[in-house]
Amino acid sequence: MAHFTKATSIKDWLDQRLAIVKVEKVLASEYWIPKNINFLWAMGMILVITFVMLVISGIFLLMYYQPNVDLAFDSVNYTIMREVGYGWLWRHVHGVAASVVFLIIYIHMFTGIYYGSYKKGREMIWISGMLLFIAFSTEAFSGYMLPWGQMSYWAGMVITNLFAGGSLHADGLVEWIRGDYVPAQAFLTRFFMLHVLLVPLAIIGLIGLHFGALRIPHVNNQDGEEIDFDEESKKYLAGDKAGSKVIRFANDFMAKDMMVVGFYLVFFFYLVFYHYGFAMDPVNFDPADGLKTPAHIYPEWYFLWSYEILRPFSTDVGLMAFAFAQGIFVFLPFLDRSPNAIPASRRGLFKYWFWAMLIDMIALTSMGKLPPEGAFSTIGLVAALVFIGLWIALPIITYFEKKA
Amino acid sequence: MKELLILVVVTVFTLVTYYLVEPFAHKNLHKHVESEAFVYADLPAITKLGDAVRGKDLVMGAGACTGCHSINVAGVAAPMDAVSSAAAYGVNPPDLSNAGVVYDEKFLNALIINPAHTLMVEHTLDESQGEMHPMIPFYGAGGDIDQEVADMVTYLQSIAVSQEELTPPMAFENACGRCHGVKYEQWTQIGTKGSFKHKRDELAFDIDVLDYKDSLKAYMGKLPPDLSMYIRSRGEHYISTLMENPQNYLEGTSMPRVGVSADTAEKVIEYLEDAGDTKRHEREETGKYVMIYIIIFAIFGLLWKKQVWRDLH
Repeated sequence: MAHFTKATSIKDWLDQRLAIVKVEKVLASEYWIPKNINFLWAMGMILVITFVMLVISGIFLLMYYQPNVDLAFDSVNYTIMREVGYGWLWRHVHGVAASVVFLIIYIHMFTGIYYGSYKKGREMIWISGMLLFIAFSTEAFSGYMLPWGQMSYWAGMVITNLFAGGSLHADGLVEWIRGDYVPAQAFLTRFFMLHVLLVPLAIIGLIGLHFGALRIPHVNNQDGEEIDFDEESKKYLAGDKAGSKVIRFANDFMAKDMMVVGFYLVFFFYLVFYHYGFAMDPVNFDPADGLKTPAHIYPEWYFLWSYEILRPFSTDVGLMAFAFAQGIFVFLPFLDRSPNAIPASRRGLFKYWFWAMLIDMIALTSMGKLPPEGAFSTIGLVAALVFIGLWIALPIITYFEKKA
Repeated sequence: MKELLILVVVTVFTLVTYYLVEPFAHKNLHKHVESEAFVYADLPAITKLGDAVRGKDLVMGAGACTGCHSINVAGVAAPMDAVSSAAAYGVNPPDLSNAGVVYDEKFLNALIINPAHTLMVEHTLDESQGEMHPMIPFYGAGGDIDQEVADMVTYLQSIAVSQEELTPPMAFENACGRCHGVKYEQWTQIGTKGSFKHKRDELAFDIDVLDYKDSLKAYMGKLPPDLSMYIRSRGEHYISTLMENPQNYLEGTSMPRVGVSADTAEKVIEYLEDAGDTKRHEREETGKYVMIYIIIFAIFGLLWKKQVWRDLH
């Protein structure tokens, strides 16, 4: 056993047992972050804060929610919204946070793409991030089932149907996923389990992996500059804070993070109290009815782009395009053949690729909600083809990219 | 400043996406119906000034209203209970105590002369099969029919409570409540379901509701939906314009035009807000304090950053 001496303080007592001084250095005061960053680097902290709000509001909702097809709708809309003190607040925080978290995830993702933060050495940051995206998507979808409204039921029906694989007719797989021929009690209970236990556990684990993946390659900076972290941190510790290219995670980076978080929370709570409608679809305030299909079935806004890649094609082609869209982002670090880890603005054709991808995904998102008729159908089809085309073009244009 | 430019770019793309998936998409997904301000322009204008005393004689006598309708404030009881009435007519005829304030005057005048047309339910009645609306048109009591109708409406207005005294539940129960239940307000088509001391009394009440609903379903073609969450699922504008003219949204529906005045419509909306958006006042109140708190938090965040970064530049 290690040698223990009589402690001189509580801190010392803890330090002998838990090495808290070292832990604090590793995690905060000597975890070095580049100084040359902008507010987009605070999206990680915003995501952590939003996730924490989701967990806390979720715990309060969990105390009153009833995962039963006969009670679920009323336990949300009557018990939580009317009977429980501030139940409405927890629900609106949860609903708005679930929607806003995807906005921030997309900003975080496109920040990573723009600044090339997935390049050599940082692949695992990108991959763990995309795994988190998949986990959050599962979490969002399973949570959307729980109020057991019309959109819960019919979105559940449509999405689980995808697993039949079109002409493969894997209907047995669909029944296995649902636990029934149609979404019913078994379906609701298992999605409840996924939403409150399995997927949150996966998310927490993946967040650990995502943070861990940052340690060795370090955080990127907004000019793609190669920084000698050992050299620069020595400079900082020697007192040349202004001259050093790095800052401490806490309090330096944290102070900037919290400033951005403060502004973000003003926006967030404005949405919670005064503009929550976008996050809570009106159709879902009708109780689930298996005999009454809503006129329009569409997913929440953050799934619309991939939904629209599915829609304009015939069943089998659509499913393949959909599977392609779901998976392709993970492979970005390997499809981008250029070694340049610099902002897109200095990367030749990739600059156009970035903005084209962003605009194309917004076009897909808006068409995904509209009825697939006339011009909307055509725009959707073109945008879906452009999406696939851009991914095919990516290795080619980056292969010929000039080395910076 | 570069960061400001980045913020502008992020904001613009976010707002464009928001506009496309919310206002723009909803405009394309749902039919928009302009409010007609409850003027009932298609109905004939009122030409006569009514007299409540003559109207009372007509309502109680030659008009034969009380053959089906109760008028509780005038001491006229219903000829049958709600369940039997629904079995006979399909739906329980309304008590007329407050009809004069709930419904629009022009609408009431037209309704008495031609109910099916005024209610916009002619398409549900097959005349070749001899089907007619359960409310029998008033064919006149021998004098000027327009005058007689105006007298009856004036009488109904004279016995009704004032517009100020008409509460949201009264407005809803009169205008909507004989077809629509509101579970979250304990409202059933035959009245409020109170608490019962004995289980058998509660079961008896539930059976009455079931029987009533069966008659209603046979009459309407389908059971009219529970409206507990309609303020969230349909919204104020939809509900209000649907009351004015259900055919605008649901072509061929057996739901009649409700015929309420603009004031009553507002009270119906308020009732539905109480049912489905109960905590709206608390939300606005709490929202103010949270916003103040969070703005102060953001200011402190800004100050802390400035302090910490002073040495870093």
